[in-house]
Amino acid sequence: MAHTDKLVRPRRKGLTRRQRRSLSRGAQYALFVAAVIAFAVSADWGRLKNQFAQADIAEQMFPDVITLALKNTVLYTLSGFAVGLVLGMLIALMRLSSVGPYRWFAGVYIEIFRGLPALLIFIFIGVAVPLAFPGTEIVGGTYGKVALALGLVAAAYMAETIRAGIQAVPKGQMEAARSLGFSPARAMVSIIVPQAFRIILPPLTNELVLLFKDSSLVLFLGVTLEERELSKYGRDLASTTANSTPILVAGLCYLLVTIPLGFVVRRMESKAQEAVK
Amino acid sequence: MTGKTPGGPAEIQVRALHKSFGDNEVLKGIDLEIGRGEVVCVIGPSGSGKSTLLRCVNLLEEPTKGQVFVGGTELTDPDVDIDAVRRRIGMVFQQFNLFPHLTVTENLTLPQRRVLRRGKAEAARVAAENLARVGLAEKADAYPSSLSGGQQQRVAIARSLSMGPDVMLFDEPTSALDPELVGDVLAVMRGLAQEGMTMMVVTHEMTFAREVADRVVFMDGGLIVEEGAPAQVIGAPRHARTRHFLSRLLDPAMAEVEEETSDRVGGSD
Repeated sequence: MAHTDKLVRPRRKGLTRRQRRSLSRGAQYALFVAAVIAFAVSADWGRLKNQFAQADIAEQMFPDVITLALKNTVLYTLSGFAVGLVLGMLIALMRLSSVGPYRWFAGVYIEIFRGLPALLIFIFIGVAVPLAFPGTEIVGGTYGKVALALGLVAAAYMAETIRAGIQAVPKGQMEAARSLGFSPARAMVSIIVPQAFRIILPPLTNELVLLFKDSSLVLFLGVTLEERELSKYGRDLASTTANSTPILVAGLCYLLVTIPLGFVVRRMESKAQEAVK
Repeated sequence: MTGKTPGGPAEIQVRALHKSFGDNEVLKGIDLEIGRGEVVCVIGPSGSGKSTLLRCVNLLEEPTKGQVFVGGTELTDPDVDIDAVRRRIGMVFQQFNLFPHLTVTENLTLPQRRVLRRGKAEAARVAAENLARVGLAEKADAYPSSLSGGQQQRVAIARSLSMGPDVMLFDEPTSALDPELVGDVLAVMRGLAQEGMTMMVVTHEMTFAREVADRVVFMDGGLIVEEGAPAQVIGAPRHARTRHFLSRLLDPAMAEVEEETSDRVGGSD
């Protein structure tokens, strides 16, 4: 053994590979901690606290920030997600269709709605649709408009996710279904799509998190007091109190939902990983 | 030749079948008839087109030219209701292809309910019957991933049988299995053959072919080289290519030496 040790061990200096690695890691930690401390010391915490963390202002936000603002944010998000899921499913199936024009339409849709900022879609829904179809009301008022705008954007992303999920289902599944006498459409609905959804549940949940944040764009539609969601509610209150505490509280409310959702996604991903093994 | 019915009605008829994948002609004119209740094993080297032929019989592969009849219906007719014909043709795959998101029982009942529109109770009864038939009644509520390969393949056979097929196609049903699991699957297939099922089996299991088949078809290079009783084709092959294939199969240690000759002779692949 002594003989081989001599061969493997580098001749340079006194340090082994392992010792050098831990030295380098120690240096990185030290640098990181120093940077954090420097940042913390140099910031003016007193002024920050004054502007962002006034307990009495935060207190007067409750319970409205939860019962009204967070509730509306959740409602907008879920309705947009529902529209996006149905529309995205449809676009994904068109994208995979053997009918050329369907594929073409789906491709154009995805490119356009993935390429445009969500903000522009909101303005478009708020301004262009009433102009183009005067007299018609989008069902559900503001809620309907938000669901449509968020859904149109989300559908483009979800369509690509769903398509990838469908294509990830092994070819043998479709063959088995077809040889049992399933029609292509029925095989898709009964056999392929349920398996695809297992695969894409984590990315779909990520999409939900993105929508949750995008729902703040509703303020470009012009909303009544009752229809305000977290961002709008926080901003309004910030300007009436001339203090930014409501912004911080609104931000924390977002994290209240997105952090657990992120946790759920990671759980699902590691579970899916296990299932593959 | 127990189940053979010479002159009886042909359950499967293949006429002048050609199949190309791009420039690669895999089937170069196949004529084959399988009578009702007959068990035919198709053997041959890999790349000989035997799996493609089997997949053409239920139109999983679209033939380039030629005709396929099953139970008197022409599958190659562009106006045929292919889903209706496929209900009469069971197919068992090398990779089982069970539906992993469903339990064993659901794998058997869902196709009955969706395709045959059977009621819940009847579908469950047929499923239980067929699971018992393949010896897996106690696995009814298990998920496919928790079963061994041999068990999965038997479930796949039971799933096909639950549709009440007239014909069963087997595409190398034991090739993906560990050697010690092959026996159970072959036993189920042997039982089916004895019950009089019409079977077309692509396989490398020579013992099974010899003991169960009424007829063995040897394919090479996209053509049927020789066919006949198993004792003749496997026991005393007439053609050099059959002899060559069988000798390599029975004594794989010799394969390396002979590989090159085979390429020159066969000219396929």
